[in-house]
Amino acid sequence: MNTSADSYAGPVPGPDPETQPFWDAMNQGKLMVQRCPDSGQYLFPPTTFCPGSLQTPEWTEVSGRGRVFSWIVVRHPVPRDIFADKVPYVVALIELDEGCRMTGNIIGCEPEDVRADMAVEIAFNRVAEGITLPAFRPVAD
Amino acid sequence: MFKLRDKYAIVGIGNTDYTKASGRTVRSLATEASVKAIHDAGLEVADIDGMVSFNFNDSAPAMGVATEMGIEDIGYAVDYAAGGNGANLITLAACAAIEAGLAETVVCFRAMNGRSGFRLGGGRDMAAYGVTQFTAPLGWITYPQAMAMWARRHMIDYGTSPEHWAEIATTFRDNAIRNPRAMQRTPMTKDDYFNSRQIVDPFRMYDICLESDGACAVVITSAERAKDLKHKPVYIMGGAYGGGPSQGDDLFDAIRWPSHSHNCFKYIADDLWNSAGVGPEDVDVAQIYDCFTYSVLMALEGLGFCKEGEGGPFVMGGRIAKGGELPLNTAGGLLSEAYIHGFNHVLEAVEQLRGDAGDRQVENAKICLTTAGAMTCGSAMVLRN
Repeated sequence: MNTSADSYAGPVPGPDPETQPFWDAMNQGKLMVQRCPDSGQYLFPPTTFCPGSLQTPEWTEVSGRGRVFSWIVVRHPVPRDIFADKVPYVVALIELDEGCRMTGNIIGCEPEDVRADMAVEIAFNRVAEGITLPAFRPVAD
Repeated sequence: MFKLRDKYAIVGIGNTDYTKASGRTVRSLATEASVKAIHDAGLEVADIDGMVSFNFNDSAPAMGVATEMGIEDIGYAVDYAAGGNGANLITLAACAAIEAGLAETVVCFRAMNGRSGFRLGGGRDMAAYGVTQFTAPLGWITYPQAMAMWARRHMIDYGTSPEHWAEIATTFRDNAIRNPRAMQRTPMTKDDYFNSRQIVDPFRMYDICLESDGACAVVITSAERAKDLKHKPVYIMGGAYGGGPSQGDDLFDAIRWPSHSHNCFKYIADDLWNSAGVGPEDVDVAQIYDCFTYSVLMALEGLGFCKEGEGGPFVMGGRIAKGGELPLNTAGGLLSEAYIHGFNHVLEAVEQLRGDAGDRQVENAKICLTTAGAMTCGSAMVLRN
């Protein structure tokens, strides 16, 4: 994925009242997710009501450590004009140690070396001024 | 639960040619298919008083098609916002509308310029809102990319492999060769499958359905009225629509879905079979939503044809081929016939149950299952002759 702040031409996250705290924290190098005050369950993506309990979720900083739940290796770029020079790249679902899943790119290893349940930690992929995307890199188990 | 067992029937079917570039408006495709279905039933346009469609992209609105056909007295017209999951939902909705007295004879259709017009999942706005703000900026944008994430997890949990998917792709291509309507009729070997380009690991090109322009329509009316029409009626025994927890807003909104090794069908199976009064063992032929090879496995597992995780081994050895125990996607499916958002499966089900499927005909086909959808929500229907 892009690492140069000037060249970012990808889709831009469009924060809304539910997600703004997540993106603000990303820009500050912190991974914040929500937690249900009732059940203690961690939630992602952000929401206004905790599913089931309908409580107001609380934002909380998490470790940024987790394991690869599933992943894909994109080889055919779509749209081509944006992703042609990025392929192959990896998108993964990460199961955070706190128990919820989130999305991120995998960086710091070859696509062929990604494994199920591989231990990873958050990397703050600053692609442009004010846009920091979640990525994860392998760490020792 | 759907409570209208055998009370309604499909009495007419119609379709346009399936192409890569129709050169026509979506509405004209919809009208052509609808009029053909009405005439196939032995009815006239003036007999129709209900129209139902679904769309997730370009579409012809139900009222627009009714207007073009010249229907002056419409009692029910609904456009469902649904993806492929809607293909059986609209037929069930037509039955419900007739039961409620809103209409007597309803056309259900799907029309799209899916290749030359709006290509599903082919690219999105460069500002990503809703759940896509957590997916599109990462380069997780297209439907094959979405579904490959599920397929990977099934591989991790159960050892499912491209060998299983190759069997599905080549079997459906064999079926398409017997289908004059099919867009892809070139023979495909397993070598062809394995030599095809990897689009998004673990999917190769032949794991991914076609993109098509075209339209399909069916006519639904009461079983009583159906008796006097041109064809032997195809009765709707039962059906179900829904999903499980965390269906979400969007097909990428499956981050909270409990396990990517099962999909919606696990959650609608009981309603489907209970409504129809039969089980998987009674099905003679099935049309399974195959937007990707892999989605066939989840439907078979979820609906109880085999246990969860055993879909791969289940499809091997000719079991799903013509002449096998459970012939699937006898027209070639979305992978090789066309991708009219799954609605072409309903037409093939009707042809099989009428005994009109020509070289594709499954002997003694009495009960046919159709499914629609591949991820967090979907619909299914059991039909009989």
